[in-house]
Amino acid sequence: MANIPVEALSGNRAQPYPGAPDNWKRFFSFSTDHKVIGIQYIVTSFVFFLVGGLFAMIIRGELITPEANLVDRTLYNAMFTMHGSVMLFLWSFPVLVGLANYLVPLMIGARDMAFPRLNAAAFWMVPVVGILMMSSFFVPGGPSQSGWWAYPPVSLQNPTGTLINGQVLWLLAVAISGVSSIMGAVNFVSTIFKLRAPGMTFFKMPVFVWTVLAAQIIQLFGLPALTAGAVMLLLDITTGTSFFRPESGGNPVLYQHFFWFYSHPAVYVLALPVFGVFSEILPVYARKPLFGYRVVAVSSLIITGLSAIVWVHHMYASGTPGWMRMLFMFTTMSISVPTGIKIFAWTATIFGGKLRLDTPMLFALAGVVNFVFAGITGIMLGSVPVDIHVNNTYFVVGHFHYVVYGTIVFGIYAAIYHWFPKMTGRMYYEGLGKVHFWLTWIGTTLNFLPMHPVGLMGMPRRVASYDPEFAFWNVLASLGGFLLGLSTLPFILNMVSSWIQGEQASHNPWRAIGLEWLIASPPPVENFEQLPIVVSEPYGYGKDEPLVSNLAELSESPE
Amino acid sequence: MQGSIADSSQPITEATIAPTAIAHAHEAHPDFRVWGLLTFLISESLMFGGLFVTYLFLRGEAAVWPPEGTEVELLLPTINTIILVSSSFVIHLGDTAIKKNDLAGMRRWYWVTALMGATFLGGQAYEYYTLGYGLTTNIFSNCFYVMTGFHGLHVFIGLLLILGVLWRSRRSGHYGSHHHVGIEMAEIYWHFVDIIWIVLFSLIYILTLF
Repeated sequence: MANIPVEALSGNRAQPYPGAPDNWKRFFSFSTDHKVIGIQYIVTSFVFFLVGGLFAMIIRGELITPEANLVDRTLYNAMFTMHGSVMLFLWSFPVLVGLANYLVPLMIGARDMAFPRLNAAAFWMVPVVGILMMSSFFVPGGPSQSGWWAYPPVSLQNPTGTLINGQVLWLLAVAISGVSSIMGAVNFVSTIFKLRAPGMTFFKMPVFVWTVLAAQIIQLFGLPALTAGAVMLLLDITTGTSFFRPESGGNPVLYQHFFWFYSHPAVYVLALPVFGVFSEILPVYARKPLFGYRVVAVSSLIITGLSAIVWVHHMYASGTPGWMRMLFMFTTMSISVPTGIKIFAWTATIFGGKLRLDTPMLFALAGVVNFVFAGITGIMLGSVPVDIHVNNTYFVVGHFHYVVYGTIVFGIYAAIYHWFPKMTGRMYYEGLGKVHFWLTWIGTTLNFLPMHPVGLMGMPRRVASYDPEFAFWNVLASLGGFLLGLSTLPFILNMVSSWIQGEQASHNPWRAIGLEWLIASPPPVENFEQLPIVVSEPYGYGKDEPLVSNLAELSESPE
Repeated sequence: MQGSIADSSQPITEATIAPTAIAHAHEAHPDFRVWGLLTFLISESLMFGGLFVTYLFLRGEAAVWPPEGTEVELLLPTINTIILVSSSFVIHLGDTAIKKNDLAGMRRWYWVTALMGATFLGGQAYEYYTLGYGLTTNIFSNCFYVMTGFHGLHVFIGLLLILGVLWRSRRSGHYGSHHHVGIEMAEIYWHFVDIIWIVLFSLIYILTLF
């Protein structure tokens, strides 16, 4: 039965069994257990979420008054650059990789990932990326100030003239993050294709696994483009080549193509697993099967395909010829078909269901609502005339924060609460969870909704001072930003205290259907005593049919 | 969709599953590593794809390409190409040998491949030395050195892989007709390096003739 190689297992066996008194030490070791690595990813990236949030609050503190009077302008530029970079490369990407790392092998009935040591190596690059990014605060000239997209010619400027400057460190950090992501993508794709349990056909995989597969395929085809662009930019800065220097034959718009060829699909790398989380959570708390499972599953791959041909919608105002704008406007609009399928499927799933509004469900529902709003502004931005009007304004900032915070962070929170009992063997405190939800919901709305009107009025993004007529909306947004900072406190309190002394969780506290809920909480090293033999599709809520044919053999002492 | 759950799935019992699962267990590890390498190489080829697109784009924008004073040499690179392309066949002879459990044959052919790879790198270095222009001379030389240099780096890594195989093959029993994934992976990587070079050679050298 064992389809994990013996060599790879020897590393696992050395790990203390979960529940051992000193088990926290394994989180600081080069563990090859996918569950340990998953939690390492989640906790590490949450620390950087707090760092990125601190940067955001400094930005919002500056913007609470129209005058630039809180921080030096170069520091302000560094703040919005590092806020974006940290939130994407050190929070959103790694936390979702962590969730996938924890859940995918359990959900497909595998004992670990295909390449456990590669998995551990990929994780340990994340702290290196973090240290490199943060160290740029201590070099002459400070961190990069060219925004998270690092467009030349701004990113080519090097006023201090030192070789090790903020921009170079930023590029190195992004390159290492890219290597880590490629290693992760190879691992996930191999695992999902090669390590599914007996009977687990593609159309018996939970949607979360489908979405992780779709997202990791994007990493495989998109990241190399970004890496190629980053290598050329790095050479332009350090050795004096001129790929992106217009004065000596280069072309700065070329960099924009490289950047967005990856960084637009990258949004789907983040959003797709969150769609998967919604698809997992809504059926559990509505007690109904996921509506249109097969279509929802396949629509993820359609998003993967379409994501590769929409990037120019970020460049409508970059001297892009008219025919190209029309073409990419069409492809961009067509993204709304597979995403719309998902929205309608989720709505139909909860329609008429017996809803249980626990914290995961609240976050999932709110995440779907926010995503609908983000989708509507997305269609507006996808159309060329609107985009030209609001280009580079706060309307864009509002739109994508509704995606990355309103949808993705909400989905991450939902997932962490939902699988917390499985990961730790303890229940979280529902009351604190609800407090966290409402603070987050109010904070998100207060912070990001005002960005839309102020953007339509014409307030440009990335400015430290602005016209006093925009002050009202900015004060609201800043208050919302501080509230979001506050909202992490009940979350941290909840997670830490529940993990230490929470109520013991049974193997399936939500009465959910899925392979991960058939074994102990937390699952033992190598998960399954005997590999499950899967006999039915996921989400069999309201149906009286077994998921596996060998339930009794899955764990040593079934509960 | 939901209604089809019960009837669409055929009953799967342990009896139907177990033999394939056990058969799978013996071959599982080799398959994964080759699969993983192929996934990685597809991804890596797209990085070269990015550099190729840059080259073609900048070529399309330029009035004269390559600009005067930075013409490329043709004789040495052609010889180099012949050496690298034939080395792909030589390395395959090594792979065939180990499949027949002929360890000495594998070592012989891998040594020849390593020598051909080293010759290619030497030729490349000589070409750089005699060209008379450098990385930063103009936008063409930027592309030329970055593309060939990046490919050269890959040849170097492939060479290290082959030398690694040769080093490990000194231990008797390390490789055999049933244990040769490392040999196979080095071969696959070498073919990849070769295929990239054929595209690169066409773009940089052959295309300048037209």
